[in-house]
Order: sequence, then C-alpha cells, then structure tokens
Amino acid sequence: MAIEGRIRSAARRRFLLDAAKMASGVGILGAGLALYAEHSRALPPDALRPPGARAEPEFLGACIRCGMCVRDCPYHILELAKLEQPIATGTPYFTARSGPCEMCDDIPCVKACPTGALDPALKSIDQARMGLAVLVDHETCLNFLGLRCDVCYRVCPLIDKAITLEPLHNARTGAHATFIPTVHSDACTGCGKCENACVLETAAIKIYPPQLAKARMGSHYRIGWEEKRKAGKSLIDESGIIELPARVPESRP
Amino acid sequence: MSLGIVAAPCHERSLLAAHRWLIARRLTQLGVLALFLAGPWLGWWIVKGNLNFSYTLGTLPLADPYVLLQSLAAGHRPEWKALLGACIILVFYLAVGGRAYCAWVCPVNVVTDAAHWLRRRLGISDGARLSRMARYWILAMTLALAAASGTIAWELVNPVSMLHRGIIFGIGAGWIVILSVFVLDLFVADRGWCGHLCPVGAFYSVLGRFSLLRVSAVGRARCDDCGDCYAVCPEPRVIKPALKGADRGVGPVILSSHCSNCARCIDVCSKDVFAFSSRFNNRSVVHAGTPTFCDAPH
Repeated sequence: MAIEGRIRSAARRRFLLDAAKMASGVGILGAGLALYAEHSRALPPDALRPPGARAEPEFLGACIRCGMCVRDCPYHILELAKLEQPIATGTPYFTARSGPCEMCDDIPCVKACPTGALDPALKSIDQARMGLAVLVDHETCLNFLGLRCDVCYRVCPLIDKAITLEPLHNARTGAHATFIPTVHSDACTGCGKCENACVLETAAIKIYPPQLAKARMGSHYRIGWEEKRKAGKSLIDESGIIELPARVPESRP
Repeated sequence: MSLGIVAAPCHERSLLAAHRWLIARRLTQLGVLALFLAGPWLGWWIVKGNLNFSYTLGTLPLADPYVLLQSLAAGHRPEWKALLGACIILVFYLAVGGRAYCAWVCPVNVVTDAAHWLRRRLGISDGARLSRMARYWILAMTLALAAASGTIAWELVNPVSMLHRGIIFGIGAGWIVILSVFVLDLFVADRGWCGHLCPVGAFYSVLGRFSLLRVSAVGRARCDDCGDCYAVCPEPRVIKPALKGADRGVGPVILSSHCSNCARCIDVCSKDVFAFSSRFNNRSVVHAGTPTFCDAPH
C-alpha cells in the first residue's frame, strides 16, 4: 500500500516536472517571439504597404506572406521583406523613392490577395491611402526658394487635386511670387510619384504613413467661418460685440 | 537496434529498388519547388505564390491551413479564395496522410535529412533529449500568440515558409534560420527540428490522426528483426506497435500520426514487410504465405 502510494506520487511528480519543463521551455520561446512580434509591428516610415492594405497591426494578422500581390504587380515595385529588414518578415512593401505605385486602374495587387489583407472593398485606386505626401523640407524645396521646379506637382496622378501650387508673395525679392506645392489629404493616395520624382539628392517631399503625417485638431474644435456658412448665420449673438473705432497711426498720412 | 548504415538490405535487390521511395520523394520535393520556380525563372506561370498560398493555372487555389488557422486566431476573417484553398489542402492530406506534407513537400525536410545523414557519417550519437510532444506545445503557443497579439507571429520566424518563400522570392539573412535548423539537427538533437519541435509538422500530425493512406507492416510475419526499418525511420517509435503487435491483436497498419509516410521502411526492408495501405485495412491477420523476391532461392 505504502509502496504503491509512493510509486503513484513519484509518477505524479514526474508528470508535473515534465509539464513544468515543457511549459517553461515553450514559454521562454513564446515570450521571445512575442517581444520580437511586438517590435516587428513598427513599420519603418519609408516602407509603404500596397494599396488597400489594412492598418498595420490588422494587416499583420491578415497577410499570409504568399507574395501573390508581388507577382501580379505589373511594374514589379513590390517586394517581400527579408528577415534582416525591419519589416515583418515575408510581408509586401514598396519604397516610394526607388519605385512608386503606378496606380493601375484595375488594382491587380488587391485582386491577387487571397485573404483580404489588401481590402477587396477598394474599387477605385484614387481611394487608396498608402500614405500621405508631406513637403518635409521648406529650406531646400526649389519652389520654396522661388524657382519653378514644379516636378512633384507635374508628376502627381491627381494633379490639381492631390497637389496644387499655391502662389505666395516672395518676401526675399519683394517682386515675385513663389508657387508652393501643397498636398491635400482628401485626394492624396500616397502613391509616391512625387517623392520618386523630386529632383533633389534627398527628396524634399516624402510619403509618410497617415498616422505620422496627419495632425488632429481635437473633437471640440470648430472653424468659425465654416460653421457660419453651414448655419447661414453666425453661431454667436453678434449684437453683444463691441465695435472698436478703427484708428490709423498718426505718423501716417 | 542496429544503427549501422543500411547499404544493401537484400543482395538480390538493386540499389535502385532499395531507394525507390526515397528517389520518388526527392523528385516530388524538387518537382514542387520546380513548379514554383518555373514562373520567376522561366516565365512559365503554372504556379504562383508559395506554400502559404498558391494559385495554379489561374484556377486552383491552395492554402496552408495552419497559417490560415493562425490568421483566424489573430481575429481576421480571410476571403473565400484562401479558405477554399485551405479546405482543398485539408482534404488532400486527410487522404494521403497528414505528415506526408513533411516528407514529400516541405523543403526543410531536405535540410534535416542532410543533417541526419551527416550526423551518422560523423558518428555523432549523443545529444539533447527533447520530448516529441514539444511540437504540440509549440503549436499551441503559436496559436495562443496569434490570438494575443492579433498578428501571425510564428510566420516571422517559421523556417518552413521562410525557406520556401526565400528560394522563390529571395531569402536574405533567412539562411541563418535554416542553418540554425541544420546545426540543431546535426549537433544538438537528432531529428530535433522535424521530429520534436516543428509546429507545422505538429499541425499535419493532427490531420494524420484521421488520414486514409498509411504504411502497413502487412508482411510482419516475415520480419527477421534486422532492425533496418528502425534505423532508417525518422520517427522510430511508430513502427513497433504495428510490426510487433500481432500477439496482442494489434493490426499491422502504422496508425501513429507521427508517421510521415516517407516510405523508407518499405525501401529498406529486405523481407518486404511494409507496403502502403489504407488505415481501414487493419485486420490483425497473419499474411505469412506470400513469397517475396528475397525468399527466392539464390
């Protein structure tokens, strides 16, 4: 009886030790992998996902790294990330500076995706949001310097919608205008044509992931003149506003 | 159990006959890879994609059910094309044996078989003792991690998809992972990766519990205990119940889901004990009478 009990308890001990050994070993492996997975969510800003790609954490749960989008891209701009790159291994990306998205009308990469990691709801390439162009460097951009480079504006597939040229007084010469390339986030698809075409050694206009490129005002902000236009009248009681006399400095005629 | 190299199991049998399933298996592995490579190398787009998902002749989708399962665990609902592809693969391996994937398709099998071969040539017999159950724990861990992180975390390091994708799309530093698997199997633990750790193999093992095509020790009455089959089998424990179970009324079919249907036992057995069979053809009857090729008078 006592011996039987001892054998049973030894067997139980063996079982528990084996289970602990296994759980610890696999747990260490899992913890390492979890940390690595956490880091691999941080997509570097110059790596852009194909059109229709879901937001990054969701994309990494949906993309099975099959490379079908890479195969069906007629311009061969897509690549699958390699182990040594700071992009989740095996996932597709492109680099705007070396090869921008050509914005095919039929979006073959999205059609090729078997899992919906590239959202099949994207029917028009103009609705894609791969990123957002930002004129990063006002000090080197030739148009800011007063020249008429205009290359980013000219190559934009949505010229005059995604990028416009806004004339401003050239304060340096006092006699000319500068034409400032201005990106409109409601139209920019983030295709990267502008960054690719920028004539500077390092591009002055770059595609950034939308969450880096875009500011948010805060939900309580209202733009007064827009609210006034929408309501057809001022939202505040203007009768209480005191009119101050307009005074001209006396030294001036 | 003899650990010697099985050179000529039966002097009547040619070298070719003693390796016919091995050759068929290597040709299949290379053939699958060649189909995938014909597109990027020669422009013959018969198959596009890789083992995680492929599209054949623009009509047949095939998807790895394990990676899809991780995607589901991560909270994504894949489109029909991937789901259909996974169903086709599930049905296929339910027919031909779950871990047939490991022996006949997986490119890492070539790496680990090479490590095992070299290990024996170098006479390395010691090594770490890993549990053959570890793969199921790792399988569970990968699914739990996908659910917890919302990403297919295992695909970041999975040597199986990394090698196959790497050969087709460029591997970069992925060789480090493949080399790690090779030296693990060579120096650290015999058959360490495929036989003990790989969760892909574990997943296909689960399928193998129900799969139709199995190896059967149908001529077990002829067994002369030479031990060649044990020596050559990557999962030696699976053989004994079927081969030696006659007295206990155990049928001759190797039902263990760890068996990868590699058929090396069929190759090396000089008494023609083993043959492919169905899991249902498992009556415990002694088939002693059938003469074999090696029984012929010399």
